Amino acid sequence: MDLISDRGRRVQVEELNTTKLLAHAAKQSRDNKFDEVLIVDVDAHHYENENFGEILPFMENEVMKQLVMAARSKGGRGSVLPSTPGFQDMGGRVTRYPLRASEKTNPDRLRDAQLGERWMDAMGVDYSCLFPTGMLNVGLHPQKEMEFELCWAYNRWVTEVALPQTNGRMFTQLCLPFSDPEGSLRCVETFGHRPGVGGWMVTTVRPKMPVYDNAYMKVYRAIEERGQTLAFHSGPSWGDHTFQSCNRFISAHALGFSWYNILHCTNWVVNGMNERFPKLPVIWIEAGLAWIPFVMQRIDHEFMLRPSECPLLKRKPSEYMREMYYSSQPMEIQDMDALECTFRMIDAENTLLYASDYPHWDFDLPSTIWDLPFLTDRARHNILGGTAHKLFKLPPRNEAQKQNLIKYGNYIGN
Amino acid sequence: MAEQFVGKASEFKDGDRQIVRIGEQEIGIFKHEGEFYAYSNFCLHQGGPACEGLTIARVEERLRDDKTSMGLHFTNDMNFVCPWHGYEYDMKTGEHVSNRKIKLRKYNIVQKGNDVYVIA
Repeated sequence: MDLISDRGRRVQVEELNTTKLLAHAAKQSRDNKFDEVLIVDVDAHHYENENFGEILPFMENEVMKQLVMAARSKGGRGSVLPSTPGFQDMGGRVTRYPLRASEKTNPDRLRDAQLGERWMDAMGVDYSCLFPTGMLNVGLHPQKEMEFELCWAYNRWVTEVALPQTNGRMFTQLCLPFSDPEGSLRCVETFGHRPGVGGWMVTTVRPKMPVYDNAYMKVYRAIEERGQTLAFHSGPSWGDHTFQSCNRFISAHALGFSWYNILHCTNWVVNGMNERFPKLPVIWIEAGLAWIPFVMQRIDHEFMLRPSECPLLKRKPSEYMREMYYSSQPMEIQDMDALECTFRMIDAENTLLYASDYPHWDFDLPSTIWDLPFLTDRARHNILGGTAHKLFKLPPRNEAQKQNLIKYGNYIGN
Repeated sequence: MAEQFVGKASEFKDGDRQIVRIGEQEIGIFKHEGEFYAYSNFCLHQGGPACEGLTIARVEERLRDDKTSMGLHFTNDMNFVCPWHGYEYDMKTGEHVSNRKIKLRKYNIVQKGNDVYVIA
């Protein structure tokens, strides 16, 4: 197939086949015997807009449903989700973006499940948590009713249509319509017991998001009571006034993903949410890792000066942060000493969860964790899947994985 | 050192590429401006197929004498890009364009008449 290159020049590349594209990942997996290691990817994506034809009919409100379905019909000029400008594909340099539609799958089975199996098998990933892509902007929708409807429809489609076609290889942390606390609670109560639901995801790209608001306490309590996770998934928003000074996508992207989690994690800790919900596992997703030592040091410093503003805290903020969970991708690996320091500061052996973010442009392979020279074997196994096995109760897929879970003290049964 | 037949020189157009495998090695061979270049197909970032992606001209930012920017422009220098994450390598040297210390293994090409061989 031809791709557009410089000055309109066309360059021929092979059509996309995920298995072939990731052949080198499969070699790494074989060389490292990843089949003997339970590997859980806590953050992988699909492009749910490709399934809107199936998702949107699950909307409850007939008026809202008619609006979005008309917008998507032939000749319709509306858009379902807010979007932000960006160049994830780097002008076609990351070829799986422009070639995505060319990949062949079996029409009798959900395409996302087939594509997911291809990259999971290549990387040696046993389970992946399926997150949407465009829906990460749902918090920017000006209508909270529409946010609820879209999350509701997506949650129904994921649990009723998608997950049953993944042979148990995919699980989910469903979308909370966070602008609507009552709607969020209704989602937890309605879908929380369904197979494959490991927790709940709040997309943190929002103009205003008071995670400490009293209206959310019943939502957090409901999730905690179910033994499920609460994940905050970050993202970029170039259109946000904070990032309108950025004239390059790299700036808005690098800062944006970290910024939203910096903001909400700070509010979460300062307001004593860890004291209020001590058994609620909280995961901060896709912001990288370098921001965490920064926030720890900044809040610890001011906490000593202004304790009257966070009287619920019985320990330093960093101590609470060290007890929350973080997804590994995109792992800043340019300065190995700094990364080692970060791992120490966040107690990575017990809090870090491997994430690929595949198929997005800055995905990480399991070998990014496996090859770190400063990790113990226990840390490698914990980060790649042992800790996630305990959080999401995902069974090992073979005896060797089970024995490794036992060896490193992670096994909780099938 | 093994000598592996790549193809007929006359069948390579400018801009063409081929991947050859010799044991565990994978080598990408490009023809660019009449010359052949051969590099390891394993990206130095995460091991992606470095030679199988887009070829695209290098981008530069031009400055006036007073240091004001004239914006981004394509140059006449060619890069090839790993399709996994966008690591961008100089076609003529195999060096990463942002850090010249990161350099793909380069292989020699020999031409015998119309036959092209890579030495690995």
